[in-house]
Amino acid sequence: MAQQQKESVITPEMKKWIGVEGPPTIYEVEKGAIRKFCIAVGDTNPLYLDEEYAKKTKYGGIIAPLGFFGTPVSSGAFGQQPYEVSLKRVLNGGTEYEYIKPVRPGDTIISTRKITDFQERDGRLGRTLYTSSETIYRNQRGEVVAIGRGTTINY
Amino acid sequence: MAQIYFNHVKEGMELPVLEKKTTTRQLVQWAGASGDFNEIHYDKPWAEKTGLPGLIIHGRLKAAFLGQLVTDWMGPAGTLKKIDVAYRGMDFPGDTVKCKGKVVKKYTRGRERLVDVEVWTENAKGEKTTPGTATVALPARR
Repeated sequence: MAQQQKESVITPEMKKWIGVEGPPTIYEVEKGAIRKFCIAVGDTNPLYLDEEYAKKTKYGGIIAPLGFFGTPVSSGAFGQQPYEVSLKRVLNGGTEYEYIKPVRPGDTIISTRKITDFQERDGRLGRTLYTSSETIYRNQRGEVVAIGRGTTINY
Repeated sequence: MAQIYFNHVKEGMELPVLEKKTTTRQLVQWAGASGDFNEIHYDKPWAEKTGLPGLIIHGRLKAAFLGQLVTDWMGPAGTLKKIDVAYRGMDFPGDTVKCKGKVVKKYTRGRERLVDVEVWTENAKGEKTTPGTATVALPARR
């Protein structure tokens, strides 16, 4: 058993997926979803909630909060991998977002994710796999609106 | 909402603290709003079975808290360009999560006036559980 646990959890099958773009996740941005997001966070910024207020800002209307990328938009892709990972427990290690263009209600966001790296270490949770990924978010005009990078932890 | 201008920003300046009194209910709301239905955030026996001390707050919810910290501070004419966070320590529903930030650098790039801010969430013990950095563009002056 001890011998087995020292074997790499990064299989040749997994390595084949590095750099391969996954299927696109399509997400239609709705005002109601933006509102629910804001309620969950406790963010009452009128730029996301009040059309009259938002009209007078530089955006000319409601935009989606920046944290709206990530889980709401790419939840379809989150945690779903085309390969088997022997470590079944999952945590989020970290996230980074670059915001390029505002996203508005009515926009359709098409996100594609790819694995960029696998690393493994023996940590306080035992054998731990770190999967780095990059997600590109485009709107219905094909404009890149945001780029997300993240680390998923399996243990 | 109040507006801050580039010329008023000083390196070392602290952002107003944003306190979040979290609840399990909030984690359920976040699960619904975000689509992250990992049971470790709302099913306590499940969380304990996986070896966790109890339910834990979603990392991305804490990232959203830090996003709010920065967007509240930069005002409507500011633009958040980038934010990155690392989920270092767990926080638990019922905890008050203190979101804090400090200006580390101000500079111009092309026509943009940029400010780098160090951000983090802090638990009751004063530990930084979610450290990160953000870059914002600010208007020049009134």
